Amino acid sequence: MMNKKAGARTISKNKTKEFEVLVKDNMKRAYFSALGFLGSHDAAMDVSQEAFIRAYRNFNRFDTKKNFFTWYYKILRNLCINFIRDNKNRKEEFFLEHKKYEDSNNNPEQNLEEKEESEMVHIAINQLETEDREIIILREFEGYNYEEISEILNLPAGTVMSRLFYARKKLAKKMKRLME
Amino acid sequence: MNERFIILLEKHFENELTDSESQEFQSLINSNIGLKQEYQEQKRIKEVLKKMKMKNPSREVWDSYWMGIYNRVERGLAWIVISIGALIFFGYASYETVNAFINDTHTPPLVKFGITLLIFGALILIFSLIREKIFTSKRDKYKEVQR
Repeated sequence: MMNKKAGARTISKNKTKEFEVLVKDNMKRAYFSALGFLGSHDAAMDVSQEAFIRAYRNFNRFDTKKNFFTWYYKILRNLCINFIRDNKNRKEEFFLEHKKYEDSNNNPEQNLEEKEESEMVHIAINQLETEDREIIILREFEGYNYEEISEILNLPAGTVMSRLFYARKKLAKKMKRLME
Repeated sequence: MNERFIILLEKHFENELTDSESQEFQSLINSNIGLKQEYQEQKRIKEVLKKMKMKNPSREVWDSYWMGIYNRVERGLAWIVISIGALIFFGYASYETVNAFINDTHTPPLVKFGITLLIFGALILIFSLIREKIFTSKRDKYKEVQR
């Protein structure tokens, strides 16, 4: 009886420990994926954490031979879509900024231009449909390759390429309109 | 749009074109002005996006990320335990109250009947409100429409 209890406690403890490692390994990309969908730090934190909680509750169903993030992303994606549906009037923050390079000088005029450019890109991205926005974020900001996106979104690589192309095209159109 | 062109273009951006594919891509954009413009537009957008990144929250946010999840799981468990306890407690209290009410010989039958109707009516009202809240609002296709 004692052994059984001890065994159960070990499994539970191991599960939590194992899960903690998975969370720490994946929290950044989870947060950034949610941020790309929701455009708000607070919402991205809340939804990405909630997705981890749901993943934890269903952890027994997770096939450990498969990629955790791919499995987790499906939960996260559904939660983000529900959040967008339920919070149509939510406020979005500017979540993009220019990359700073070591050799870049601290020119106020340049900084202002960069700020304006990143705000314009942000507005244009926000105007995209969720699917277009998602694929742009995954490829251009999170740096996943086609195979990884194909696995995450469960789409053939050719479809990923095609969707990316059209998403960029729509983004270019929106940006052009904003610049006029 | 030429699907082959899209695949070659994406491969070009990834530097994954073979020699023959590279030649095919070059000949496509050199022979078709429309495709060349598409290529330039896509390249320009990629260059703009390449300069950007998503804002990274402070280090403290990452340090407390796991604890945030752990606390929420723990609190969720606490609420389940509290709910079960409350259900048992109020279930038992209701059972005892109803028993005492039925066995009470001092209250006139008419008052008992009135109280029964009152409780029954209140239960129907609560049930109706809960049902409306849970089911009807979820199925209202037009709830987003500003009337």
